[in-house]
Amino acid sequence: MKILVCISNVPDTTTKVKFKEGDSLFDDSGVQWIINPWDELALTRAMELKEDAGNSVNEICVIHVGGASADATLRKALAIGADKAVRIDACPADAYHVAGQIAEYLKENPFDIILSGIESSDYNGSSVGAMIAEFMDYPGISSVTSVNLDDDDIQINRAIPGGKQVLKTEAPFVAVVQKGIATEPRIPSMRGIMMARKKPLEVKPAVELEVLTESIKFELPQEKGACKMIDSESAEQLVELLKNEAKVL
Amino acid sequence: MSVIAFAKNWNGKFKNSTFELVSYTKALANQLNTNMVVLSIGEVAEEELKLLGNYGADKVLTVSNPQLNTLTSRAYADIVAKAANSVEAEVIVLSDNNSGKAIAPRVSVKLKAGHVAAVQELPLSLDPFVVKKSVFSGKAFGHIQIKSDKKILTIAKNCFGLVANPCDVAIEEFALDIDTNLFKVKIIQEEEQKDKVILSDADIVVSAGRGMRSPENWTPVEELAEVLGAATACSRPVSDEGWRGHEEHVGQTGKVIAPNLYIAAGISGAIQHVAGISRSKCIVAINTDPEAPIFSVADYGIVGDVMDVLPRLTKALRNSKS
Amino acid sequence: MNFEFTEEQLMIRDAARDFAQRELLPGVIERDEKAIYPTEQVKKLGELGFLGMLVGLDYDGGGMDTISYVLAMEEISKIDSSVSVIMSVNNSLVCWGVEKYGTEEQKQKYLKPMARGEKIGAFLLSEPEAGSDATSQRTTAVDMGDHYLVNGTKNWITSGKTASTYIVIAQTNPELKHRGINALIVEADSEGISVGPHENKMGMRASDTHSVMFNNVKVPKENLLGEEGFGFKFAMKSLEGGRIGIASQALGIASGAYELALKYAQERKTFGKEIINHQAIAFKLADMATEIEAARFFCLKAAWLKDQGKPYGHASAMAKLYAAETAMKVTTEAVQIHGGYGYVKEYHVERLMRDAKLTQIYEGTSEIQKIVISRGLVD
Repeated sequence: MKILVCISNVPDTTTKVKFKEGDSLFDDSGVQWIINPWDELALTRAMELKEDAGNSVNEICVIHVGGASADATLRKALAIGADKAVRIDACPADAYHVAGQIAEYLKENPFDIILSGIESSDYNGSSVGAMIAEFMDYPGISSVTSVNLDDDDIQINRAIPGGKQVLKTEAPFVAVVQKGIATEPRIPSMRGIMMARKKPLEVKPAVELEVLTESIKFELPQEKGACKMIDSESAEQLVELLKNEAKVL
Repeated sequence: MSVIAFAKNWNGKFKNSTFELVSYTKALANQLNTNMVVLSIGEVAEEELKLLGNYGADKVLTVSNPQLNTLTSRAYADIVAKAANSVEAEVIVLSDNNSGKAIAPRVSVKLKAGHVAAVQELPLSLDPFVVKKSVFSGKAFGHIQIKSDKKILTIAKNCFGLVANPCDVAIEEFALDIDTNLFKVKIIQEEEQKDKVILSDADIVVSAGRGMRSPENWTPVEELAEVLGAATACSRPVSDEGWRGHEEHVGQTGKVIAPNLYIAAGISGAIQHVAGISRSKCIVAINTDPEAPIFSVADYGIVGDVMDVLPRLTKALRNSKS
Repeated sequence: MNFEFTEEQLMIRDAARDFAQRELLPGVIERDEKAIYPTEQVKKLGELGFLGMLVGLDYDGGGMDTISYVLAMEEISKIDSSVSVIMSVNNSLVCWGVEKYGTEEQKQKYLKPMARGEKIGAFLLSEPEAGSDATSQRTTAVDMGDHYLVNGTKNWITSGKTASTYIVIAQTNPELKHRGINALIVEADSEGISVGPHENKMGMRASDTHSVMFNNVKVPKENLLGEEGFGFKFAMKSLEGGRIGIASQALGIASGAYELALKYAQERKTFGKEIINHQAIAFKLADMATEIEAARFFCLKAAWLKDQGKPYGHASAMAKLYAAETAMKVTTEAVQIHGGYGYVKEYHVERLMRDAKLTQIYEGTSEIQKIVISRGLVD
């Protein structure tokens, strides 16, 4: 079996977000770029599946739609253990565009399992995985918290509000994964970093695709008013304020 | 032309978020000077469907096939797209919850409809069609223009509220063939916690952090949640340490929530945590450190030890109730 | 000139940073206070390949350059110098020497497991009567024909108890003075070796520092490193590289303390404003940042020379001297900026200050570095 992990390259989660050019563009000066945390967990789970002898997973490929600035992120994925990286050379316009590019690649290069993080921590499209499933006419499963292969029999856990479901499906399929899919991302080893040098990072030209949406402006949330401080002995006063001032009780 | 909303049900029942969706879609239809259709999938009793009329729905299409009682995103997306086509919908609106997130992208591809998730309010302009959504995990908003003729939105919880708008409902069965090929995912087991308030639905959330000092100290949190009818949540370090389950983790890499009231007990308020709660209507922070960043996003603050303050708050609430 | 790091070097730095944050930060205060050896942490460090990162791929190492080593040492030392000293000794004192001067058999037998981090190495040079003055070795390795017979005591040995492989510097031909000294690979479980009690140190308390006693220890002839009489030169060569490790450690201690002080100064308010807005504190931070940057350049320059195959002993002495002095100064200021909080363990800076002191002392005191530097001036 072959696993494809979709990777997006996002600002580090501690980034303080700023904009430039009349608030029309994200200001990326001084920003540290990382693998989208959910995608990194998806890659970790893919690695675990490959290392487990109880299934036939033998190849892990990571794919990204974007410019050359993401190559460092892709090489990190190779250092962690992916066998191959593919970058579709395009400016990622929106989720439809990104998913369409990945689907085009999948048509030529089939995979059994496609993993995508629940959302990217930048534009929070949360749509790419489900769109790939639709482009390919594959089953797609969202809110996935575990993917298990028992001799290639696929069993998936999915979070539902207040509970969980255990599902079975057939390959090929797309799983949109969230926290829980793996415990923590892996740190690349020195050997892994050396090996990554020799692994392929293919750059593919993008296909022509319509762009359906466009970000035209950004704004920061309004500053909150000052916090009203209440004495720690006066719990009654807080209850009173929540009832009559904030009106939330 | 029309606007269509997909009203998801849970075991045949709608939630407040469904009615918020209908309220929003009605306002959007008015803005566009067109009519609204609400689509329901799976078996829902007529009285329940009629509740949608309280928020402005005058036409409800229902696909009351028991095969569709549980969500299958592929089949649901197929139905939503067909229904949207049949009523010549220009805009399709869903709630930004698990099902909306699973269905909307598929419909977007089927109809080549530009999709924007987690929309915060009615469109900022209609021509061009621009909506506002949260980006960078709640750290900012983006104005997104949808360029395609058809548009599909999922709306963020608590972004619009409920708007009463009673009208008579015409319920119509939407007949279509269901492709059994679309049911390749089989549910083999399901567990649901019936007795607990569900975090993503909760109007009030009591959340606790490392300030609780140990997992054995959670009783005051649970007692406060109980008296408030609130869901419990926690910060990332707490779920990473295994003090509480991952499903309770609120923040940038956990759940992003928007309750009416969020009580943060012993949470310092790291930027990633704040990203997950910033859309809460009212935030109360309790922390021993007066300089903790959580106070800069809170509406009300108490400097003190959570182990003292929480029981006091629980007691005050009980007294005010009785 | 090129001041850009390669993508790979940055990846190594990030890996070291992630490791330090995730694996070393939790429990670092307790390990220091109770002098608990970081067994688990060192094991993971080995699994990631940091313990043998400078060793070539053919011998199961990481095949990394010295620039990457500086970056990794800095990141790990920001959090836990007790761990980074183990990494430094294993990499630059023990593995380096075996790889550079060892026979193929020695490399297969001793280097590979150390490069993989499965076994830890220790470097036994200092003696009760010969610390900085390494020429007057009292430990003897008498040539018995088919083996050496080693007797004597070594002091202040990092990883003295944990290490499986020792490199021992000992006198074979006293009449030849320092030209009679040999370097031997000695297995730590050889008969006749005993390890003294754990040294209760001021800083780097979690690393295990011991004295090691040799009483008629038989060492096979094939364990001689380099030629007969090469031991002193071997030790000096090893220390040239070791200094890059310790200089980078000092750099990390300094930058770790500086980062904490900077963060604290932006959060802590006095007289109605954050203390960074008081010039007295702002200027301290400016000096700290500048000196750290200078120390970093010294370390990277020495590493670069080593990677280029150029002489680096002079540069590494300057790096070690400057970085250690900077670490002491910066950590002292970081404690000062923290005020009372700086004096309690919870805020980390007092530990960094205690750790900093050792960098001025071990692997050649600051005074010894000045001797090396000044001799280099007139050569």
